[in-house]
Formats: sequence, structure tokens, C-alpha cells
Amino acid sequence: MRRGWFLPIAAALGFVFLYAPIISLVVFSFNESRLVTVWSGFSTKWYGELLADPQMLGAAWLSLQIAAISATIALVLGTLCAVALVRFRRFRGRTVLAGTVSAPLVMPDVITGLALLLLFVAMEGTLGWPAGRGMLTIIIAHSVFCMAYVTVVVQSRLTDLDLSLEEAAMDLGASPVRVFFDITLPIIAPALVSGWLLGFTLSLDDLVIASFVSGPGSSTLPMVIFSKVRLGVSPDVNALATIIIGIVALGVLGATLFQLRGRAQPAKG
Amino acid sequence: MSSFDIDNPPPRRRTWTMVERGLAAVGISGKMLVIAAPAIWLTVFFLVPLAVVFGISLSVKQFGRPPYSDLITFDEEGTVQLTLHLTNYLRLFTDNLYVAAYLSSIRIAFISTVITLLIGYPMAYAIARAPDRWRSILLMLVILPFWTSFLLRVYALTGFMRPNGVINQLLGVFGIPPVVMMQTDFAVYVGIVYTYLPFMILPLYTNLVKLDGALLEASADLGARPWRTFLSVTMPLSMPGIIAGSMLVFIPAIGEFVIPSLLGGPSTLMIGRVLWDEFFANTNWPRAAAVAVAMLVVVVIPIMLLQKAQDAVVEK
Repeated sequence: MRRGWFLPIAAALGFVFLYAPIISLVVFSFNESRLVTVWSGFSTKWYGELLADPQMLGAAWLSLQIAAISATIALVLGTLCAVALVRFRRFRGRTVLAGTVSAPLVMPDVITGLALLLLFVAMEGTLGWPAGRGMLTIIIAHSVFCMAYVTVVVQSRLTDLDLSLEEAAMDLGASPVRVFFDITLPIIAPALVSGWLLGFTLSLDDLVIASFVSGPGSSTLPMVIFSKVRLGVSPDVNALATIIIGIVALGVLGATLFQLRGRAQPAKG
Repeated sequence: MSSFDIDNPPPRRRTWTMVERGLAAVGISGKMLVIAAPAIWLTVFFLVPLAVVFGISLSVKQFGRPPYSDLITFDEEGTVQLTLHLTNYLRLFTDNLYVAAYLSSIRIAFISTVITLLIGYPMAYAIARAPDRWRSILLMLVILPFWTSFLLRVYALTGFMRPNGVINQLLGVFGIPPVVMMQTDFAVYVGIVYTYLPFMILPLYTNLVKLDGALLEASADLGARPWRTFLSVTMPLSMPGIIAGSMLVFIPAIGEFVIPSLLGGPSTLMIGRVLWDEFFANTNWPRAAAVAVAMLVVVVIPIMLLQKAQDAVVEK
């Protein structure tokens, strides 16, 4: 096939569009001036300011904890859900479960957030639990939508899985639970890792749902960033963004290299 | 596991068997537990909340905690009274703000989806046709923004488009006066296209990379020009990718809150923002609930049905 000039140029422009704002964000995080868009000299003072900001650090620590816990809850429940949907072909309510678990994927955040807040308020009024809102309510809210993503990821891996391995283990006398932990789990481990990471990232990134279900004194990192950014430019947000982009870039780069190496040297069978 | 010595079998792990026996004795099978745990969690924290939203949409705002009227009240004589207000729903139809916001959200989401497709398709196609060793690097470049914070990427755009931002400074170099971009609908389109582009490219790429090159050669051999080949071979074959990518952009764009509130102006009406303001600025929880219910009925449920119909077609 003749190679045209259109595709490479269009793709190059597309990548410029994707990366130019990110690169300018990173560059201006090293700018001396408070004006985020006028270059006045190299400086790392905004990083210093960021690391000395207790509100920002507290919010970051809270967000990391929430993300780790809700991704873990989502991982356990999402994996169970995927196993139920893929391995148990028939049970009452299967269609309802399949529909409900994927519904958060198409549900706008504002609705999920509002619905959970109204639930928590109503529960507090009638049951007395959860008392007030804060970290716990954010964790519950995040685990619900992260669970949807974990289920989708694990489900597709389980569907591709060769059933004969599990059958062989059963024939050798292993109980279903043992088959799951000894055979199934190691094979789907990569899907579990990506499901957990996806949940972790999404939780860390969520502004809308957390804003609805958080309480006084429990502002997550996106909430703090949003209130700062809304008031105008703030170079310390640039510094924070640069750190986050750096970590993510290293992670994605590592994962890609790992995959490439895996492809270059096929696993010994 | 390399070998299995028949005479000395590995020690069986007894714990799991015992746990299973214990549960079975109480009449609980493992299968039941596996289904029940996620089912209960989803019922309590997903289905019940939606029912609560519907209930509260039928009450009215009042001062106090919680800031809405009770649906069910008991008086001294023991009568139970159920009070349902339809005022919130009537207001949705009579106040032009809400109808306009729904229509404008759908319009903005639709236009942005089309633009994202027009930009994403050539990118996905170029990556799919790229030499092998380039492909994984290019894919990585698409996935990278997807893992970085959504909020921070929207913030990056504000630095780009503000009056003294990067674009206007570049224009200034060529002597072009600054263009107002921030706080306009244009900025919202750019914001949606920018943040959702990876969601469009990935499904398109997955589809296009499977495209059989022989079909394209056959079309060219039969004398079709490249554009003709694209329109009658490539594009129809990539329809599933186009639909999947467009859904992944269109659906979240409709309920978007962050982009219109950071990039849009006061005149940018989007339903997610209206709901947010109703809740946070007006503290009218019942009205916000009614907006949410209407959004579910008008937008979310049709999309879910559409997806289900599409899945059914794909499975055939």
C-alpha cells in the first residue's frame, strides 16, 4: 500500500495537541514568577512551597489512603462479581447483577455523588450510621464505582481463561476454593494488578463524588486543587502536577518496557 | 508444577476444606457467598441510593437538618401521612433553565464527540499502520495522559488558553491581537476533546489494528483511489470501534461538571453544573434530586438500553 503523508502529519499534530499543554505545565512549574505564563527565570521555589503546605500534604495523604483502601475493597468485591458472572452461568438475578455492576460506568458522577450523599444522610437519620461524613463515606463511594472497573477488567480475563486447567485441578481432587486460589488467581493476577491500579487512579482523581460525600475537615487532594485552581493560577499546582506526571510517566514507561521484554523473550513453558 | 509424585502426594491444605465444610454445615455454599457479597454491596450502595434520590425528589426544600421535608409523617392520633410534592418536576418543565441545560449538554457532548472522532481516527489509524517498534511507543503516549489526573489536565488547558496564556503569546509573536478563549463554549469543546481523546483512540486502534491489509490492497488493485478505499472498506469495517469510542466520549461528556466549571463561562449551560449549583449554591436538595432523576430517565437509561442492544448485535 502506498504510504500517504496525511496520516503521519495528522497523528503528529494530534500528539502535539495532547502534549503541548502538559509540557507547558511542567515548564512553568520551574518558573520564578507567580504569573504562570510569563517566563522570568528558573526556580524550584514552588516545589519548596508545595512541600511546606500542610493543607496540600494532608489532602494528598488522605487521598492516597482513600485510594488504596477503596481500590482494595473494589478489587475483592469486583473479582467476586466477575467470578460469579463468568463461572456461574445461571443463577437468579444474574442479569440484574450484570446490569447493576456496570451501571456506574455510564452513571454521571454528579448523580452517583448526590445519590450516595442522600443515602448517607438518610441512614444517619434512621440508623445513626455513618455518623457524619468523611473518609469512611468517601471510601464507600469510591469502592462502588471502582468495583465496576475491576469487574470489567477481571471479567474479560476470566472469559479468555482456559477452562481445562481448572477442570484438571478439580479432577485431581482439589476443592473449588483451592482451585481458585492455586490455579485461577495466579493466572488472572495481571488483570487483578491492572484492576487495582485503575481503581487507585480513578479514586485519586475523583473530584465530584468526593465533594458530595465528604465532610468538614476531609478535603481530598482534587478538592483542594479545584478550589485553588478556581481562584486563578497557582504555580504550586503546577509543581504538584509535574510530580504526579513524573510518577505516572515512570510507571507507564516501566509497564511498557516490561511488556516489551515479555514479548521479546517468550515465557519458558 | 513440573512433576507429580504418585507415591508422595504434596500435603493437602486442610484449611480451605475445613472452611468449606463449616460453611456447608450452616447451609451456606461457597457459590452463594461469591454472589452475595458483591450483590449486597451494590444493592445497598448503588440501587438503594437511587431509590432515595427518587424519594427525596418528591419532597420540598425546608430549613433544618436534613434540608428537605419528610415524605412520611406520624401525628398523635397515629395516622400516617404520606406527602408527595410534584413541584420539583413541574419546575423542571416550566423553568426554561432546565430544558435548555439538558438540550445544551446533549449538543455540546455531541459536537465534542464528532470533533474527537475526527481527530482521533487518523491518530488511531496512523498508530495501527505504524511499524511494530514504533507502535508500542505511540500507544504508550496515548495511554500516558489517560493515567494522569483529569483535573490537572483541564488545569493545563487553562494555562494554555487564558488571555496571557501560551496560545495568545504565540499569536502575539506574529502580531495577532489576543483571542478570548477562556470562559466560552469553545473552551469547553477543546476541554472535552482534549481530555477524552485517549478514550476515542484506544477502541479505534484495537479495531483498526485487526484490519486485514489484503482488503485494502484488493481495493487498490481494483482501481479505487485511497479515499474511496477508506470510505467503502476501512470505515465500514471499523464501525464497531467508531461506535465504542464515540460512546466512551459522549456518555461522560453529557454529565461533565469539571470542564464547564473551569473552562466554560457563565452562559455555558450543562446539566451536571446545574445539578451541582442546585445542591451546593442553592442547597435545594429535592430540586437537585429531581434534576438527577430526569437526567437518569432522559439520558442514562436510553444509553444503557442502546448499549445492551448493541451488545446483543455484537454477540450474534
